[in-house]
Amino acid sequence: MDIYLLEAIINGLLLGGVLALLSLGLNLIFGVIDVVWICYAEVVMAAMYAVFWLYTFYGWPLLLACAAAIVFATVLGLLVHIVVIEPILGSAPINQLLATGGVLFFLQSLATLLFGTDFRNLGIRLPVLELGGIFISFSRLIAFGIALVGAVGLFLFLSRTYLGTAVRAIAQDREVMGLMGVNERRIYVLTSAIGSGLAGLAACLLVLQYDVHPFIGLTFGPITFMVCVLGGLGNMIGGFIAAFIISQIIAVGGYYFPIEAAEVLAFVFFIVLILIRPQGILGK
Amino acid sequence: MTILLNLERVSAGYGSFAALFNVSLDVKNGETVGVVGANGAGKTTLLRVISGLLPPRSGRIDFDGESLAGAPAYRVVAAGIAHVPENRRLFPRLTVEENLRMGAYLPAARKAFAERAAWVYELFPQLQARRRQLAGTLSGGEQQMVAIGRALMTKPKLLLMDEPSAGLAPLVVEQVFALVRRIRAEGFTVLLVEQNVRQVLDVVDRAYLLETGRVKLAGTATALKQNPFVQQSYLGL
Ligand SMILES: Nc1ncnc2c1ncn2[C@@H]1O[C@H](COP(=O)(O)OP(=O)(O)O)[C@@H](O)[C@H]1O
Ligand SMILES: [Mg+2]
Repeated sequence: MDIYLLEAIINGLLLGGVLALLSLGLNLIFGVIDVVWICYAEVVMAAMYAVFWLYTFYGWPLLLACAAAIVFATVLGLLVHIVVIEPILGSAPINQLLATGGVLFFLQSLATLLFGTDFRNLGIRLPVLELGGIFISFSRLIAFGIALVGAVGLFLFLSRTYLGTAVRAIAQDREVMGLMGVNERRIYVLTSAIGSGLAGLAACLLVLQYDVHPFIGLTFGPITFMVCVLGGLGNMIGGFIAAFIISQIIAVGGYYFPIEAAEVLAFVFFIVLILIRPQGILGK
Repeated sequence: MTILLNLERVSAGYGSFAALFNVSLDVKNGETVGVVGANGAGKTTLLRVISGLLPPRSGRIDFDGESLAGAPAYRVVAAGIAHVPENRRLFPRLTVEENLRMGAYLPAARKAFAERAAWVYELFPQLQARRRQLAGTLSGGEQQMVAIGRALMTKPKLLLMDEPSAGLAPLVVEQVFALVRRIRAEGFTVLLVEQNVRQVLDVVDRAYLLETGRVKLAGTATALKQNPFVQQSYLGL
């Protein structure tokens, strides 16, 4: 096989890891709380700024800045849940969409106000690995590894613990959870915390590879939604698989065509598949 | 016998629709009490009000010395009431064992999980082989066993059962009623809702007859079986 094609496939795989992590958090929140956080990518953006700010201005060690950013994202997500989501839990989906959409614009504007529209980066250049003529970015490799660890951790939590099982169960029958002695509001709070914590983790991985600016959410937010819908909204395994399908289409497509065309190709694939299977790959 | 559950003039409904009117009812410790009535009589609504899924409009609900009117479902469970809901309502994409785990969500029940699960498998030997199977793939009768087992995981002081025989083949219905007997023999206090008046009156001590949200008749199983109205309207004699 062409070595450049192989390189594209590997890079697609690495990109898929972060995309999978993003979709896991969003799917978790949707599956459990039944609310779509349109502002999910903006929570990621805010956490990217947190890493950037703590690392470059306050000179915190990178790992500490990342840990703090994850905490920050979690707190921000809890605020979004308690202030915005909780009061509208029972309202029509369109109202919920508008409300979380409002948070999206709020976070974008706030970031613009605080940081301006400049593109910022950590100024870290991680080495590029060469393996038999294939070049792999070290930061992508780390991102992929950590995204997988995050996914495995989430999987173990969901499959091995009472709380995790309750998180899966509540998506299957909300009302009966009360009969099990579960306070569903507490599960929602916990889910928002985990979902936004994952957004924080994704932010740490993204900020290693991309510049942060107030509108960066718009570059990967839509793709994350596409991945979630393609996998079956709320279906975490479906989203996980879809993340790798989409990233491969973009990466391999980018090998044959310009990268913009590859993204168009991914969206076309998405639209065609959704026409054939509106419920997504693994949706019910 | 001490009164475990006492409802006094409880009314409830959905939106502007009233489904229960001043229902008074009690269950004593160790009793098995039936609530019978036609489809739409308000039986499910009654159980939902008791277990906190639906707040009552008015009236008192006292359980084991505690007032439960308006308490959320998770508090009612903690107080000692378990509810086997209408249509079983298992978590279809969890395994049988995971369903039992959810039944044992409360801290005290979690600690006793292994012991209680073993007891449930002893009660329903069929489930043992299916413990790792997804609940949604079981037969109706097996699903009902899981639903009952799940409710028993907290070792409730009172077990509410909503039409456990509904939608099951006649042979399986027999098994379900045999099971109710077994459960009462184990010492559980049971409030059993059924449309199947004839079979219910054979397993309960007392019963209430509900008609359009009101208690029309109440009495011992024997008395109700001999009541001309019950005979004519519900037993087809
Ligand atoms: N969720 C609901 N919304 C509106 N009306 C309901 C609802 N559930 C039940 N009802 C009505 O309340 C009445 C009692 O219903 P239910 O308690 O389910 O009766 P049963 O269990 O005896 O068949 C019926 O007239 C039914 O149509
Ligand atoms: Mg009913």
